[in-house]
Amino acid sequence: MAIVFILVAPVIGGLVAGIDRKITAHMQGRVGPSIFQPFYDVGKLFEKENAVVNETQIFYAVCYIIFMAFTGALFFAGGDLLLVIFALTLAQVFLVLGAFAANSPYSYIGAERELLQIMAYEPMVILTAVGMFVATRSFNVSEIATTTIPVVLLIPGIFLGFLYTLTIKLRKSPFDISTSHHAHQEIVKGVTTEFSGPSLGLIEITHWYETVLLLGLLYLFFGWNPLLAVVAIVVLYLIEILIDNTNARVRWQFAVKSAWLVALIVGVINLAILYFLSGGVP
Amino acid sequence: MQIAQLLIFLILFPLIAAFFLLIAKKDTEREWIVKLSALAIGIVSVYLLITTYDKGTLLISAIPAEPTGLVMFILEMIIAVYILYLGITYRRWLVVGLILVQSVMMLYFELVYSHSVHIQANLFSDELSVIMALIIGIIGSLICVYSLGYMKFFHEHHPEMPDKRPWFFGILFLFLSAMFGLVFSNNIIWVYFFWEVTTLCSFLLIGYTKTDEATNNAFLALWMNLLGGIAFAGAIIWLAMFGNGMMGLDALTTSGKVIALVPAALIGFAGLTKAAQLPFSAWLVGAMVAPTPVSALLHSSTMVKAGVYILVRFAPVFDATVTGYLIAMVGALTFLIASGIAISQSNAKRVLAYSTIANLGLIVACAGIGTYEAIWAAILLIVFHAIAKSLLFLATGTVEHRIKSREIDDMNGLIVRMPKIAAMMVIGIAGMFLLPFGMLISKWAAIRAFIDAPYGFLFIIILAFGSAMTLFFWAKWMGKIITVTTDSQNIEGEVDKSEWAALLCLAGLSFITTLLFPMLSIHLLEPFLMANYGNVARLSQDNIIIMILMLFLLMLMPLSILLPKHKHRHLAPYMGGRTTTSDMRFSGSLGVQKKTVLSNYYLQDWFGEKRLKSWGIWLCSAIICIMVLSAVLKGVIL
Repeated sequence: MAIVFILVAPVIGGLVAGIDRKITAHMQGRVGPSIFQPFYDVGKLFEKENAVVNETQIFYAVCYIIFMAFTGALFFAGGDLLLVIFALTLAQVFLVLGAFAANSPYSYIGAERELLQIMAYEPMVILTAVGMFVATRSFNVSEIATTTIPVVLLIPGIFLGFLYTLTIKLRKSPFDISTSHHAHQEIVKGVTTEFSGPSLGLIEITHWYETVLLLGLLYLFFGWNPLLAVVAIVVLYLIEILIDNTNARVRWQFAVKSAWLVALIVGVINLAILYFLSGGVP
Repeated sequence: MQIAQLLIFLILFPLIAAFFLLIAKKDTEREWIVKLSALAIGIVSVYLLITTYDKGTLLISAIPAEPTGLVMFILEMIIAVYILYLGITYRRWLVVGLILVQSVMMLYFELVYSHSVHIQANLFSDELSVIMALIIGIIGSLICVYSLGYMKFFHEHHPEMPDKRPWFFGILFLFLSAMFGLVFSNNIIWVYFFWEVTTLCSFLLIGYTKTDEATNNAFLALWMNLLGGIAFAGAIIWLAMFGNGMMGLDALTTSGKVIALVPAALIGFAGLTKAAQLPFSAWLVGAMVAPTPVSALLHSSTMVKAGVYILVRFAPVFDATVTGYLIAMVGALTFLIASGIAISQSNAKRVLAYSTIANLGLIVACAGIGTYEAIWAAILLIVFHAIAKSLLFLATGTVEHRIKSREIDDMNGLIVRMPKIAAMMVIGIAGMFLLPFGMLISKWAAIRAFIDAPYGFLFIIILAFGSAMTLFFWAKWMGKIITVTTDSQNIEGEVDKSEWAALLCLAGLSFITTLLFPMLSIHLLEPFLMANYGNVARLSQDNIIIMILMLFLLMLMPLSILLPKHKHRHLAPYMGGRTTTSDMRFSGSLGVQKKTVLSNYYLQDWFGEKRLKSWGIWLCSAIICIMVLSAVLKGVIL
């Protein structure tokens, strides 16, 4: 599974991005590009000259993609969910460091905002892993994915909280505060300002890996019924696109505050109910 | 018998070294004494590990309690008189009052109860003691070696300060001696004695520079720790009155909750003061005025670790009691609030201070919960925190001497200006919050421990938010360091050899401990947990392999520098289309040349120190009051 992920995930992630753009275009009354457009774009990036502010940026971009692929591989090989989450953080930190390394005001703001974003979603992501453990008594992705327990029914609050942070993680409006696909609301290009050519191409591919990993996480909520899981993923992703196109970017203060508030409320209520339902025995 | 000699050596040898350091006036003499003693202490601590391997708890009854106890009591009284004298000369009436109360308590105990104390073994050694001894013996000695270079530089650049280095190094070694005594004592009266010596040492070291600020902060540390000392003395008297004179740690921690709970609560309170938990966090932040090696020593291998050590010792008593939960709650809230405050701090040493307080909070939370899994996490946290934090402090100290600033924003582009030390700092920071390094493994262990604990979900939620904040302030600091600036020169110059040796050893230790952590867990932690809890915690084999894989991946990455380089075209950073010089100056409006200055986010409105601290102080004070009262009430009823 791990090798399959490393090879196939960019294809799926790229296609998802292409379909996303097509649907977005239709929502905006445009025809939109072909669904293979993301591949053409990245292909073109790799043909370009690798112009950098300094060489260390390339190093961080390479680390970013390697550790993202590693994280995804770990997930699809059925590894420990907490380990996956921590490895994901490590990968994210490399992107932030790459932006810091350029010593450029715009990528600097992007880096700080990316960190704010990580700080916003991190609690909910950890609580998601914990919620899955409470529901299935296992941290192993392989066991959670094949469980017969209807996970989402046991942790509906955590599921909703996860959906909220999913918007942040997929860099969708209104929470695309560090870098955005919508040019009209961007502070130059945020975290990726100083990346160009092949390095930017690497970052794009990394985002595809990440998308597939996130959809995989979504799958875990419906693991007991694969068909339902696939339907849910499609529907939820369509809703994300709808949200993306109907909201303007919010201030980062709102993003952090609301994400924390959601995590706090659903986390406490859902975990507390589960705790007391099980009669105090965790 | 050999082990008894080793323990006595570790306690007394630093004392002898301290004496010689006091009388050695020449720099070269001092250097040799410090280096050789540090080496000896380090080797003997490792030798202790080898000889006690697989032997479990060893009680040592070789030393007679009577004469030694009397000597200790006399020394205690001398210390009390000394503190009293200082308190009166500096007009610190709070300190005077506290030391009087404490001395009267101990005098009362000595006169009325000392004959009724039954104890078989005064010293002991088990896996926990050995781990602590390794931390003190290796990291503590490395810090002493580092101090040689640091203090030389310090006095060369601060000619206005009196050069009292013999005194300084004497106290450092006295501190090590007291810490060894603390972790090897089974007799709780002895623990108390060494406890008080560490309080005195930290007081003297914090006040070393004799500036007004240093004196104030030294007295702040003193009164807070004396408060803890009073609680400790209270525990001893309680044991004498109601515990049939049971004074051995080995007996106490296994005696069940009826007798031990009240003293455990009181000693827990003492542990909270020494571990600088809210509301007592101010002393550790204030201790930053001292020379940096002192901070490193206080934060990593001594002092605060004494506080958490005693809490971990009493953890079997706390397991599943209200007292334990309340202590754990104080720790968890401290973790959350201190992590938040660290975001708002721009001074590197203050960030380190708050991060220490936060991590100690996590250790306290684990100790308070007191299940075998939680204790496993707590001990791992103690070990890894000691290594990463001492490395960070020492690197910060060296940087501070070069750039004359402790501000994180002034560390912009450190990787260009001082590549080697910047690399040490990056390793230290990565060690604090990133996979696959030790601290993150410990946090992971803590999450698993909290899940299985009653009401654990509350702790997990606090941990989730706290670690998100931790990530924010470490990552933005790391970003500052690795920013590549084009206009800076390499100003690393000649770093003192002793400083280098210490930094390199600690950086090496961060990697080695991460690699050897499964061994540490199997050979030291598991026997300790088995003996005290009858159950062991561990990480699964797969996860360990994955993490070692990641570590190698991370270590391979920097080697990419060796790969043949493509020529890349270099462009200036995007500056909104303005003409910019290579050192990032651009012409602003009105044609004035301006330099681009990039500063971190500190989010003062949200995480400001004043705002969060007052909350934390009230909340934690209330919990501590309930904790002590409930324990005493329970004790009285039973």
